[in-house]
Amino acid sequence: MEAALKDKAATLLSVNNIEVVYDHVILVLKGVSLEVPEKGIVALLGANGAGKTTTLKSISNLLMAERGNITKGTIEYQGEPIQGLSANQLVKRGVIQVMEGRRCFEHLTVEENLLTGAFTRSDGASLIRQDLDLVYSYFPRLKDRRNSTSGYTSGGEQQMTAVGRALMARPKMILLDEPSMGLAPTLVEEIFEIMQQLNEKEQVTFLLAEQNTNIALRYSHYGYILENGRVVMDGEASALLDNQDVKEFYLGVSGGQKKSFRKVKHYRRRKRWLS
Amino acid sequence: MLMELAFAIEVLIAGLLSGVMYSLVALGFVLIFKASGVFNFAQGAMVLFAALTFVRILEMGVNFWLAVAIALAVMILLAIIIERVMLRPLVAQPVIILFMATIGLNYFLEGLAQGIWDSQVHGLDIGIPDVPWMSVLESTNILISLFDVWSAVICGILVLLLAFFFQKGRIGRALRAVADDNQAAMSVGIPLQLIWAIVWAAAGLVALVAGTLWGQRLGVQFSISLVALKALPVLILGGFNSIAGAIIGGLIIGATEKLAEVYLGPIIGGGIESWSAYFIAMLFLIFRPQGLFGEEIIERV
Ligand SMILES: Nc1ncnc2c1ncn2[C@@H]1O[C@H](COP(=O)(O)OP(=O)(O)OP(=O)(O)O)[C@@H](O)[C@H]1O
Ligand SMILES: [Mg+2]
Repeated sequence: MEAALKDKAATLLSVNNIEVVYDHVILVLKGVSLEVPEKGIVALLGANGAGKTTTLKSISNLLMAERGNITKGTIEYQGEPIQGLSANQLVKRGVIQVMEGRRCFEHLTVEENLLTGAFTRSDGASLIRQDLDLVYSYFPRLKDRRNSTSGYTSGGEQQMTAVGRALMARPKMILLDEPSMGLAPTLVEEIFEIMQQLNEKEQVTFLLAEQNTNIALRYSHYGYILENGRVVMDGEASALLDNQDVKEFYLGVSGGQKKSFRKVKHYRRRKRWLS
Repeated sequence: MLMELAFAIEVLIAGLLSGVMYSLVALGFVLIFKASGVFNFAQGAMVLFAALTFVRILEMGVNFWLAVAIALAVMILLAIIIERVMLRPLVAQPVIILFMATIGLNYFLEGLAQGIWDSQVHGLDIGIPDVPWMSVLESTNILISLFDVWSAVICGILVLLLAFFFQKGRIGRALRAVADDNQAAMSVGIPLQLIWAIVWAAAGLVALVAGTLWGQRLGVQFSISLVALKALPVLILGGFNSIAGAIIGGLIIGATEKLAEVYLGPIIGGGIESWSAYFIAMLFLIFRPQGLFGEEIIERV
């Protein structure tokens, strides 16, 4: 079924062989390509420093503020190139990023945080009000804490605030960066559960960056594995979950030491790149 | 005894009234600091630039309100240019670099103001008479300058409007979001450039009003740019990022300055008015460096 979904659905986002350089010298992405189909959930996996966040920031154009530059490749959204667009323009078109580490506005209340997500909207207060209620229906805990200063809410509540804030922009696509970071397993499960519901009921497409390979693949349709600024493997989420190498390197199943694809599977990767 | 009390009240009121002006100037600093973390060294030059522009337009025989509108438009245009030419290219640079840029801006504006216009002293009369408020004087024997009252009312209204505008509503929320985390603000689509242009325009408005009122007293000339120095102790007292702090800090500095001059001046020696504010500020730096209302630092355990 998931396979069918990917084949049939139109491509919403495609990243084509991009290179990203920080500070004019540090080459971080060395040719990353990926595709996200309409209404899909695609996982971007990899260890610390693999380049997941950089990939998401290239799409949402938050790189500029970090002195990063896309030096090669193209990014297309709904068939149009979007590299030149500012974050503001991208949010208006329906692409929004939930940054790693939640990044709530800590001196604002939870509700004020949510309302900042509606900054780009011009469709009137009543529709925004309606969406606020929608966010509260997905995250009832935020409703209880709506008047609390965000900086004093729990990590889980802050993650919910960050996702809710993005939802307030009425996005077509959310770039979700490590929602599991620093949260208890049950909370992580809860957040992924909600992501799945948002995908099904609100038709939000997700590109999800995660280190937590197992849970990310369980909730995604398709996955890409990044290593050192390159995609080293991709496939249906279920297939990746069953894959021996993934099990060994990222799911920690067969006890062996964590090695990288780079060292072990060099020949195989070459083949894939050439094919 | 009664006479002395009346005199003390007189001094206190005069101090509070001039303090409102300090609050206003300090607010100009606070808004820019909140939005970009930058201490705007050029605020004083903006006061001079705005006042000089205004007075020269008036001297051309332009109607008063039209001149206000033109001067305001010039300040807004200036804000947009500053954002484009100075702030935008320096995005993601360390704050100290932006601070250096405002020092450059300071000298540029001082030069530009006196280059386009001139460096003479221009008398400015905006039609508020500098006379005692008669009905108060007659009934309570307290002497209050009507000019002080009017300028405090004007500054007070502006302070409240700005404070409200930047605290409530869509723009206010966005400003506070940018103050908390500008990258996260960008990620939800808040354009930093717009917020910067707005706060610099607000600082330009503040400069225009402060320069006009100050200029009526001293004449419009280079030294009115020094009004910005009055805001510095206010900021230390109230906290660099607190709107409420700017308001209350201004009142406290204004009042203590005048009271010190009158009551401590004869003991310690005259001229205390000019440095007492800094003395208070220094005490604050020692005992409460974040200021009275400095933003609380949230640390969760
Ligand atoms: N602003 C920056 N300037 C210079 N180098 C950077 C910058 N941001 C990231 N890098 C480098 O780019 C590489 C990829 O970082 P990135 O944050 O994209 O990784 P990640 O996959 O998101 O890792 P994590 O799981 O730890 O979040 C790292 O080596 C990092 O040191
Ligand atoms: Mg990351």
